[in-house]
Amino acid sequence: MSEIIKVGMADLKTCISPNGITTLGLGSCVGIAIRDPQTKIGGLAHIMLPDSTAIKNSQQNIAKFADTGIEELVRQMERLGAMRSRMVAKIAGGATMFNFQGSGTLGQVGERNVEATKVKLRELRIPILSEDTGANFGRTVIFYPETGDFIIRAVGKPEYII
Amino acid sequence: MAELSLEQVTEQYYDVLREIGNIGAGNAMTALSQLIQCKVDMKVPRVRLLEFREVGDMIGGEEQIMVGVFLGVEGDISGSMMFMVEEASARHLIQKITMGMLPAGSEFEEMGLSAMKEVGNIITGAYLNSLSTLTNLKIYPTPPALTVDMAGAILSVPAIQFGVLGDKILMIESQFYDEIELDGYFILIPDMESYAKILGALGMPVF
Repeated sequence: MSEIIKVGMADLKTCISPNGITTLGLGSCVGIAIRDPQTKIGGLAHIMLPDSTAIKNSQQNIAKFADTGIEELVRQMERLGAMRSRMVAKIAGGATMFNFQGSGTLGQVGERNVEATKVKLRELRIPILSEDTGANFGRTVIFYPETGDFIIRAVGKPEYII
Repeated sequence: MAELSLEQVTEQYYDVLREIGNIGAGNAMTALSQLIQCKVDMKVPRVRLLEFREVGDMIGGEEQIMVGVFLGVEGDISGSMMFMVEEASARHLIQKITMGMLPAGSEFEEMGLSAMKEVGNIITGAYLNSLSTLTNLKIYPTPPALTVDMAGAILSVPAIQFGVLGDKILMIESQFYDEIELDGYFILIPDMESYAKILGALGMPVF
């Protein structure tokens, strides 16, 4: 029987088909789903901040940052037998939850998370097949490494797949 | 002054915030009671220091729909503050404030949302006032922003700010009730320099 593995905030986990993997209520954080279509090995990271090097004591939780989190997820998938050269990604989240007039850095963390995610994936040569990022609403995501379906649920919207 | 590191102050700081939380939430409830013009009782607020991973479970799941009011904090300290309340509780409050003009079951309309923003304003204002009185620091709230969404998504905003400092988030859960039970959460997020100022103002040693 297949199960759905849950990933928390500032957390990452791997997932092998037929299991699915989910993270609930992404706001300004970004959910990065990666998959090796041949082995059907997948994984999901829920990152909160763009850059571990910008912060002291950043070793505490590497899943918290886009740069170290994505690297670690890829490493864990490789350990299970996935190959980097085959990996593809889908990303969601990075919303601006609150609209402030003339907001400074506070409002832009979602955007910066998305940007840092793209930079890291490009560096690792993992193509992004699709994304649902930005805007001003929260998202729950469910990823199936079997098909690569990345299901997105938001309040007051019908569920959609990217 | 040497630069403050979070490990040095964490324990001490959280104890202080706990105390401020108790007093602040008490003041906020008094303000709320005046606003809706009926007696509001409050249980002793629970102050929790949570791993990011645990946050969702505490507030009834990441997908629980909540109303979040978020504002900046300026003056002698800087940072931000959030007040969150469950959807049903928010509806109840809106109904009280608009004196039944908006029934409790109706959707959040423009008027309801602006009423809710006002509630957030008053509650957080009262909370910050107690912090200001305790520390003798000038603390001003900026105009609030409001959203209705999944708890996890709303919480990502303060969580990210705590994430810069460490791997935990400090939440003050206050349960208050008039006819029905209402669950509200306060989250105060001072920036790094303000840590030292708050501690210093309270006569705690600053490293």
